[in-house]
Amino acid sequence: KSSVQTIGEEQIQNPYTELLVLKGHQDIVRFLVQIDDYRFASAGDDGIVFLWNAQTGEKLFELHGHTHKITAIAPFFSSDAFGENDQLMLTASADRTVIAWDCSSGKQIQKVSCFHSTVKCLTVLPRLDVWLSAGSDLCVWNRKLDLLCKTSHLTDAGISALLELPKNCVAAAAGKELIIFRLIDRPEGWNVLEVKRLYDHQDNILSLVSVNDLTFVTGSHVGELIVWDALDWTKQAAECNFWDSSLHTDAQPEIKLSQSPNETSVQHLTSDEECVFAAVGKGIFVYNLQMKRVIACQKTAHDSSVLHIAKLPNRQLMSCSEDGSVRIWELREKPQLLAEPVPTGFFSMWGFGRANKQASQAAKKTQENTTLYFLELVGDLIGHSSAVQMFLYFGELGLATCSADHLVILWKDGERESRLRSVTLFQKLAQNGGSEIKF
Amino acid sequence: MISAPDVVAFTREEEREEEPSAEPPLPEEYSVPLLPFGGPGANPWSKVAGSKFSRDFILISEFSEQVGPQPLLTIPDDAKVPGAFDLNYFSLRIMSVDYQASFVGHPPGCAYPKLNFVEDSKVVLGDSKEGAFAYVHHLTLYDLEARGFVRPFCMAYISADEHKIMQQFQELSAEFSKASECLKTGNRKAFASELEKKLKDLDYTRTVLHNETEIQKKSNDKGYYTTQAIEKANELASVEKSIIEHQDLLKQIRSYPYRKLKDSDFHPYEPECPLDEASASSEQDPAASEAAEPGDAHPYAHVPSYTPKLIKAKSAKCFDKKLKTLEELCDVYFFTQTLDQLHQIERTFRGDVCYLLTNQISRALLKQQSVTNFLFEDLALLDEKAPEKQHGGCQRLGHDAVNRKCLEELPTPKVVISLGSYKSSVECVPIKMEQEIEDPQDPTMTDLMAFEHQDNLDYLDADIKGSISSGESIEVLGTEKSASVLSKSESQASLPTSPSPQVGRSKVGSRRTVSEDSIEVLSTCPSESLIPEDFKASYPSAINEEPYADDEEGGLRFSPKLSLDNADEREGGPEQEALLQVDSACCMGKESAGFPEPPAELGARRGEDEDGVVSVPPQPLRPPEQGLPGPLAGGPDGASAGLLCYELEPAGGRDAAKTSLDECSDSTSYMSSAASTCSERSPSPGHPAVPAGDRHRKRAGQNALRFIRQYPFAHPAIYSLLSGRTLIVLGEDEAIVKKLVTALSIFVPNCGAYAKPVKHWVSSPLHIVDFQKWKLIGLQRTVSPAGVNMLHALGRYSRYVSILDADSKTLRCPLYKGTLVSRLADHRTQIKRGSTYYLHVQSVLAQLCSKAFLFTFCHHLHLPISERESEEAVVNRRMNFLKLHLGLANEDIKIVQYLAELLKLQYIQEPDQGGNPLLRFDYVPSFLYKI
Repeated sequence: KSSVQTIGEEQIQNPYTELLVLKGHQDIVRFLVQIDDYRFASAGDDGIVFLWNAQTGEKLFELHGHTHKITAIAPFFSSDAFGENDQLMLTASADRTVIAWDCSSGKQIQKVSCFHSTVKCLTVLPRLDVWLSAGSDLCVWNRKLDLLCKTSHLTDAGISALLELPKNCVAAAAGKELIIFRLIDRPEGWNVLEVKRLYDHQDNILSLVSVNDLTFVTGSHVGELIVWDALDWTKQAAECNFWDSSLHTDAQPEIKLSQSPNETSVQHLTSDEECVFAAVGKGIFVYNLQMKRVIACQKTAHDSSVLHIAKLPNRQLMSCSEDGSVRIWELREKPQLLAEPVPTGFFSMWGFGRANKQASQAAKKTQENTTLYFLELVGDLIGHSSAVQMFLYFGELGLATCSADHLVILWKDGERESRLRSVTLFQKLAQNGGSEIKF
Repeated sequence: MISAPDVVAFTREEEREEEPSAEPPLPEEYSVPLLPFGGPGANPWSKVAGSKFSRDFILISEFSEQVGPQPLLTIPDDAKVPGAFDLNYFSLRIMSVDYQASFVGHPPGCAYPKLNFVEDSKVVLGDSKEGAFAYVHHLTLYDLEARGFVRPFCMAYISADEHKIMQQFQELSAEFSKASECLKTGNRKAFASELEKKLKDLDYTRTVLHNETEIQKKSNDKGYYTTQAIEKANELASVEKSIIEHQDLLKQIRSYPYRKLKDSDFHPYEPECPLDEASASSEQDPAASEAAEPGDAHPYAHVPSYTPKLIKAKSAKCFDKKLKTLEELCDVYFFTQTLDQLHQIERTFRGDVCYLLTNQISRALLKQQSVTNFLFEDLALLDEKAPEKQHGGCQRLGHDAVNRKCLEELPTPKVVISLGSYKSSVECVPIKMEQEIEDPQDPTMTDLMAFEHQDNLDYLDADIKGSISSGESIEVLGTEKSASVLSKSESQASLPTSPSPQVGRSKVGSRRTVSEDSIEVLSTCPSESLIPEDFKASYPSAINEEPYADDEEGGLRFSPKLSLDNADEREGGPEQEALLQVDSACCMGKESAGFPEPPAELGARRGEDEDGVVSVPPQPLRPPEQGLPGPLAGGPDGASAGLLCYELEPAGGRDAAKTSLDECSDSTSYMSSAASTCSERSPSPGHPAVPAGDRHRKRAGQNALRFIRQYPFAHPAIYSLLSGRTLIVLGEDEAIVKKLVTALSIFVPNCGAYAKPVKHWVSSPLHIVDFQKWKLIGLQRTVSPAGVNMLHALGRYSRYVSILDADSKTLRCPLYKGTLVSRLADHRTQIKRGSTYYLHVQSVLAQLCSKAFLFTFCHHLHLPISERESEEAVVNRRMNFLKLHLGLANEDIKIVQYLAELLKLQYIQEPDQGGNPLLRFDYVPSFLYKI
C-alpha cells in the first residue's frame, strides 16, 4: 500500500511564505472566480458572495441576495460594440434564482426567479454574448437577462456541467449521458437544438474540459476518461481503468471490486496543449494526448480526494484536496538511466481506428527512446482545517484557496510582498516629505 | 534683603565643575546625571538629613483668620506618614510666605469692593532643620463671611529630597495648578450661590426696613425726623449700598468664566460641569441647573426654597461664627475631584527623584522613536496622555524631534543638557529652571540681554550674602523669575529685538526675601506678574481684567522704570492711580475698609512690593499670547522645557560605566527599592501612571529569568518569538503554563499598536487564524478526545509554530545559531531581580529595534539604485548590510527582517483601517530539544 508522499518542512521551491486569512463566510466556501487581474469572488453554502482584492485581501463587497446555497457562479465580461465594459457576475442558487451583480458597484442588477429547478451550472458564451443556465433544462439568456430560448425538460438528474464547443455547440453532462446542443441565432429568434446524445460513459460524468478547438475530454465517476473530437463528437481515446493498473497486478478481483468508486472518480480535469491532468480519487494523473497514455501519475497525491487541480507555468501543477491541503507538483523528467516502466498508473489503452495504431506505435517508441516523467512534490500549503474546495491561481499575486472551514486564504510570496511593502514605504516617506529618514 | 540664602549646595556644584575629568567624556546621549551630593563613591541613596516623616506627602493648610495657620489634611491620609513631623509648625511656615495680594478691597477710585482674581503663587521652601522641603502652592478661595471675602489656603508637596522638589518643580506646578483650578472652580460656584442668597437676604431686609420707615413716616406727624427715623434711613441706605456691592461682586465672579474660556490654553478642570454653567444656570433656571448637574451635590442648589432672612445691621463678630470648611467652600463634588487629583499627584511623584527623572527621560526618548516604539514598549505607556501635561519638558522635546529642523540634532536626546549651558547658568543663578528651548516669540528678550550683566552682578551679590548663611532653617534658594531671565538671556541670539517693560521687574524679582524671619523662598512664582512669558499663556491674568482692556493697553504700558518701583507709585502716585482707575483689571492697591489691619503677611508683601515683584498690574499679554505657536507654546509646561535637565551632569555615568551593565542595573534597582535611606520607603517604587504594569513587568522579568536558567533551550524559544513564529506553551497545569507565557511575553514584538499578541490560556483546538493573531499561546493539554484532536491540529500546523511542552520539558522549534539571543538571555547572567532583567531585555531589544529601523529605512537595501540594477544585486546588498554593517549572524538576520516587516506594515498602514494581520512563515525544519 503506497502512502502519501510527503515533503519535509524545508520547501525551497515553495514561494508562498505569507498568508492572509479572509474571514466572512459562514459556511462552506465552494467557489472562487476571478473577475480581473486583482479581484476575485468567493461564494458558498451561506448564499453570500464576497468580492476580494487579491493583492491586499481587502473585502470589496459583500453581496447578499440569495437565500440558499450558491450552486454556480460565472463572471460575464464583454466589451460590447458600444465599448461599454461592464463586468457582470452571475450567481445561481438553490433558491432557484439567478442574480446578476455589478462587480464594480457591488449592486444587484437583476434577479431571475422563473426556474423550475435549481440551476446547477452557468456558462457564458462571450462569442455569442449569451449565457446559459442549466439544471433540469437548458436556458439561453442574453446580457440583459432576457430568456432567449430553452429546451424542454431533459433529465431529472439535471445537467451538472456545460462546456462550450466550436460551431455554437455546447456539451452538457447529464448523468451518464453527454448531450450536444447547438445554438441557432436566426433572425426570428434564438433556438437551441439537441444534436446528439453520447452514451459512452458507464457512470455519471463529473468533469468536462476543453483541450483545444478540436478536442475535449470528459471524466466520469468510475474513472473513465474519454477524449472526444470537438467537431464530430467521436471518441478519440479512452482510459478507463485507472484503478486497475495498481502495482498488484496479481491482486484478487474482489479487492478491485471492493475499492470504492470514489477512489477512482475523475473529480476534475484540466489541460494544457499537450496533456490532460486528471484528479482521480486521491491521485493525479497526467495523460498525454499525443502519446495517448498516462505519462506520469501520483496515485496517492493526497490523503483524500483531490477536488481541484490546475496547471501552473513552469511545468507545475497544483492540487487541492479534501484533506485540507494544497500541493504543488512539478512534472519532471525521469533520467533515462534509471528508467524503468512507470511503476504505477501504466495503463493499457484502447485505440480506435488508425489513431489507435499510431498511438500504440508511439507508445512503443516511447518505451524505447523517450523520457519518462514523474510528479515531484515541491511544496504543500497547510492552512485550512477542512476540505479545500477550490483554489484560484493569481500568478505572482498569489493564490486564493477556499475551504469547508468557511475561510478563504490568500497565499503570497513573502519576498515579493516584502519588496512591495518597501516600495510603498518609500513612496509614503516621499509623500510625507520625510526624506530625512532616507540614508 | 536676603538674610540667609543657602547657596552652599550650588557652590559645591561649581567646584565640581572645575574638577578635571580624568575619563574621556561619554557621548552626550549616554551621559547620566551625576548625583549632586557627595563625591565619588558616596552612596547616592543616602540622604543627608534624616527627616521626620517616612515619605513624601501632600499637606493642605489654611490661614485661618481665627486661629492662624493650621493644617487641614494630609495625603495620604495616614497619621504615620507625617510621623513626628510637626504639621502645625510647618503650616505656619508655609502659610507665611504667601505673597499674593489676594484680598478684596476698595481700590483707589473704586466705589465698590473688587474681587481680585489673583493667580496662585508657587513657592519652594526648605526647612533644613526639619529635613523637609516643600513645593507650596498658595491659592485663595472666596468666602462671603471671611475677612475681605478671602480665605488663603495652600497645598504643599513635602519631601525630604530638596532636589526632587526642584527638579520636578514644573511638573508639580502643573499638577497642583490643576488641582487648584478645580478647587477654585468649585469655590466660584459656591461663592456665587452664596452671594445670591445674601442678595435675597438683603433685598428682604430692605423691604422690611422700607416698610418700617414708611410706617414711621406715616405715624410721624410732628414734622421732624426722630432719631429713630434717621437711624432707620441710615440703615436702609447701608443696606442699599450693600446690595449694590454684592451685586457687583456677583457680576465679577460671574465674569470669570467668560474671561477664562476666552483663553485657548485654559482647560477647565471639570469634565461634567462646564464653567459657565456654574454661574449662568444658577442665575437663570436653578432647576435646570440641577437637572444638568445630577452628580453635583451643591449645597446651595436649592435656591428657590431658600427663605430670605433679615439681616441685622451689625453682623456677628468674626470670631463668633464658624468658618466654612474647605469642603463647604468648594462644593463637595469639586472637593472630591481635587482630592482625587491630589492623590494622583502623590502617586505620580512617589519614589526617588532618580527614578522619576529616568522615567521621564526614557519616556521622552521613547516618544521620539515614534516609528519603532510600538514593537516592544509597553503600549499603555505609549498611549498615556498624562505625560503631555506631566512631563512638559519631555513633551517639548518630543515635539522638537518631530519638528526637527536639522537632522543632526535628531539622534541626540535633548534631555541631556550641554555642559556649556549648564555652566553659564551656574554662574548666574543658584537655581535655574533651565530652558533649552528657545522661545522666539518672546519679545522681552533683547532687553533682558541688556540687563543680564546686572543680573549677574546681583546674583553674585546674592551669593556672597548667601554664603554668610544664617542659622535660620528656611532658605530662599532662588526664584523662578531668575530662571526665565536666564533662559532668555541664553537664547537671546536668535531673537528679534523688541523692548519690553518686563525687564526691570524681572530683574528685581529674581531674588528677594520675604521677611526678616527665618523663612526664605527657594523658588517662587508668586503672582502672574512674575510669571515668565512662557507661562503667561497658561496663567491668564486676573480675571476681572475686562475684554476691553485691550483698548487700554496703552495705558497699561509702564515703562521699565515705572514698573521697577511701581509698588511705591501704586501706593501714592496719582498718575499710577489714574491708570489703575482706567484699568479694571487692576484691582490691587489699598486694602478695603473691611480689612481691619494689614497683617504681618501683608507687611511682608509690601516688602516685596518694594522689589516690584507683585502688584504689577497685568501687562498687556496679547502679543505673546497670540504669538505663541501651536502646540509648542503655552500649556503649563511651556516654561518647563529644560526643567528635566536641571542639574543633569554629563559625567554621571562614571562609576556605572566601570561595572557591567548587568551588575550596574542590578545594584541600582536593589538600592533604589531596598535601601532604607532613600526618601522613598514604600516597597516598590510605583510607576507614575501604571503601577500595575510595573508589577507585571517585574513578575515577567522574574519568570523570564527563571525560564532562562531552567531551560537550556531558552534561546531557540526566544528566537521563535523574535522571528515571529508562534510559540505554543503546552501543558496541563494552567498556572505553570501561564507563568511561562508571562515570562516569554516580554520577548514578543507587537504587531501593531494594539494589544500584545499573547494568549495566556486556550483549551480549544487552534486554527490558522490563531497563529495569525497570536504569537505566544498557552495551550491546555487534555487527555480527552478533544485533546487528541487538538494535538492533531498542532501536528498539522507544526510548520507555523514552535511548541514548548511544559510537562515533558521539550521544545520543538527551528534551530538557532545566532548570537543575539545569547546576549538577551544568558543563563549565567548575574541579574537577580526581575525588574532589572526586564530592563536589560528592554535595552537589548531597543538596540535590535534600532537595527531594524536602520534596515527598514535604508532605501538602497530594498530598492535598486538605478533602473538597470537587478533584483539580485539588491538582495546581495541587503544581505551584506545585514551581515557586515549590522553584524548579524545566521538566524539573527531573520529576526531583524521580521521586525523590519512589522515596521513596514505599521508605517504604511493607513490609520483608519486596522490592517490585516499577516502570517509570515518560513519553510524550515524543526528540531526537538530536550533537557
